Amino acid sequence: MSLTRRGLIAASVGTTLMPALPRLSRAQAANTIRVGVLNDQSGTYRDISGPYGIQCTHQAVQEFGNKGFNVEVVTADHQNKPDVGANIARQWYDQGVDLIIDVPTSSVGLAVNNVAKEKNKAYINTGSATSDLTGAQCTPVTIHWMYDTYMLAKSTGGAMVKAGGDSWFFITADYAFGHALERDTTNFVKAAGGKVLGSVKYPFPATTDFSSFLLQARSSRPKVIGLANAGADTINSIKQAAEFGIMKGGTKLAALLMFLPDVHALGLETAQGLVLTESFYWDLNDRTRAVTERLKPRLKDVKPNMASIANYSCTLHYLKAVADMGVAAAKASGVDAVNRMKAMPTDDDAFGPGRIREDGRKLCPSYLFEVKKPSESKAPWDYYKLLQTTPAEEAFRPLGEGGCSFVKA
Amino acid sequence: MDDIFGIPAPLLFGQLLLGLINGAFYAMLSLGLAVIFGLLNIVNMAHGAQFMMGAFAAWMLLAWGGIGYWWALILAPIIVGITGVIMEKLFISKLYKLDHLYGLLLTFGLALIIEGVFRNEFGSSGLPYRIPPELSGAWDLGFMFMPVYRGWVVIAALILCLATWLMIEKTRLGAYLRAATENAALVQAFGVNVPRMITLTYGFGVALAAVGGVLAAPIYSVNPQMGSNLIIVVFAVVVIGGMGSILGSVLTGFALGIVEGLTKVFWPEASATVIFVIMAIVLLARPAGLFGRA
Repeated sequence: MSLTRRGLIAASVGTTLMPALPRLSRAQAANTIRVGVLNDQSGTYRDISGPYGIQCTHQAVQEFGNKGFNVEVVTADHQNKPDVGANIARQWYDQGVDLIIDVPTSSVGLAVNNVAKEKNKAYINTGSATSDLTGAQCTPVTIHWMYDTYMLAKSTGGAMVKAGGDSWFFITADYAFGHALERDTTNFVKAAGGKVLGSVKYPFPATTDFSSFLLQARSSRPKVIGLANAGADTINSIKQAAEFGIMKGGTKLAALLMFLPDVHALGLETAQGLVLTESFYWDLNDRTRAVTERLKPRLKDVKPNMASIANYSCTLHYLKAVADMGVAAAKASGVDAVNRMKAMPTDDDAFGPGRIREDGRKLCPSYLFEVKKPSESKAPWDYYKLLQTTPAEEAFRPLGEGGCSFVKA
Repeated sequence: MDDIFGIPAPLLFGQLLLGLINGAFYAMLSLGLAVIFGLLNIVNMAHGAQFMMGAFAAWMLLAWGGIGYWWALILAPIIVGITGVIMEKLFISKLYKLDHLYGLLLTFGLALIIEGVFRNEFGSSGLPYRIPPELSGAWDLGFMFMPVYRGWVVIAALILCLATWLMIEKTRLGAYLRAATENAALVQAFGVNVPRMITLTYGFGVALAAVGGVLAAPIYSVNPQMGSNLIIVVFAVVVIGGMGSILGSVLTGFALGIVEGLTKVFWPEASATVIFVIMAIVLLARPAGLFGRA
């Protein structure tokens, strides 16, 4: 056997194509809602949602029960590559998937956003952070369910400036998400009278050693080093900052996007004292504890975080909207389905009562947490202390400031 | 304070030192690759996975067996080396008569499988592994804050590279090995068990990767992707140094670590690309690599 160029190309294309979705008869297809969970199942963001996000989606379908139509969940790994993500989305929508959810990694999230708009199919992004999804790149078929860079910047950034951290240096992942997070945080720092001394953009996802960037940051002597990155990058940055004694010199680290599994991976010994923002914590109140308990058979000894459980919350709300408007109408138009979702108030155990704004922004409170000291943690995953709550209506960018084209001024 | 090219001198020295430290990892990994390629003619794409297995072995020894860093430094390479020996016996030994490409594809496939298994078992965000107390802390060098552990990594890497080079170039065992790659049948005729020697060589190369993994565990998060992030760069290092040249790969490893470190100051966005640019230039000018024999 010799390898030919054609053979190699065929093989490489084959690996990125999805296995075809199971065929349904026409009658079955007409009465089946298909939800596609598209996320990172093998890379740096896997533990934030990945298989856990899929399980949370199944939980929503199970709790929703049978309201006269079938619900099918399909899943795929976008490998954090915009082209792979967009291809799968296109194929799914063509094969009768009615809603795509999750889609972490802002560059992929924005790519799928375009596909959804073109196909007039519903798209709920729960995993990406870029606030452009409801700003410059908003579409009438898109809902941004969870956190975004504006909300993180306001909560974490605002709190750090208030606590005296008025000079910043950013270490930024060089792609859509990092840029948006740096931009939004910069705005808050400047608005609060602080200044930004500089920033360094590092290649994503090819960087594992951050010591060089940390030393560059320290040489401009900021009070706060803002980490505009996520996942394993944030973990490595914090670990190496501790190693190089960055915090001993009085400089604070602002982990602008950090999730519960990241804290778990760092260990409390290293993570203690970090301040971060999430819109969900399993031990927040009775309702969050209840849903966490119900998820236990699916997630085993892992606790949900805001990204994985957002899949539960948004799937539940979508299915309610479908039941309300009818399967045929929901399948016919993504715009109509999304409009119906916007018209209905949201309510579930994970995020409590809320609503979806005209520009597609789902509103929920943001919580500023501090990571506990090892001595304060009583049980596994007992990691956060609540410092401050920003109410849902104040947590996000005001409607008029996003620059969303179809929002009437 | 003096500036060099607009960068404060202390910062520049700091970056050079950091580059040297990263270069130590490149050197250690490319050394293993060079040994395996030079003596077995196998392009070992599983090297990154084996590096990762070394880190995980250290973590498992500590978490499950209570065995600390220093023992892990000896035990983890032995354990991972044994898995390498098994791999060689079961799979790789079947491919010696075929084109390089087959070995490359096989080891690449194995690497994906190994990483997938670890990802399923341990997730992707990694596990904490602490710096051993004897090596924690830092020296204040004046121009930078130098963690003791990173200094240890450079020293350990230098010792390891030198010892390996001496063993292969200056000892009788090394002479057998080199002779066996030139003409296996003749060496066998002299009563040397060549297949076993080759198996052990692969195991040794794998163990070198595992040592790198143990050394990396306290610095990077111990996660299944840690090897695949490095391996592509390391391959570029080997290609630049000259496939199979041991000294070449070590020197190139350190040198490229420094080049990358400097790029992180002058043009951070390009720091992941610079090594490949150099690789392209070297391949055009000297296709056999800087230290390779054409």
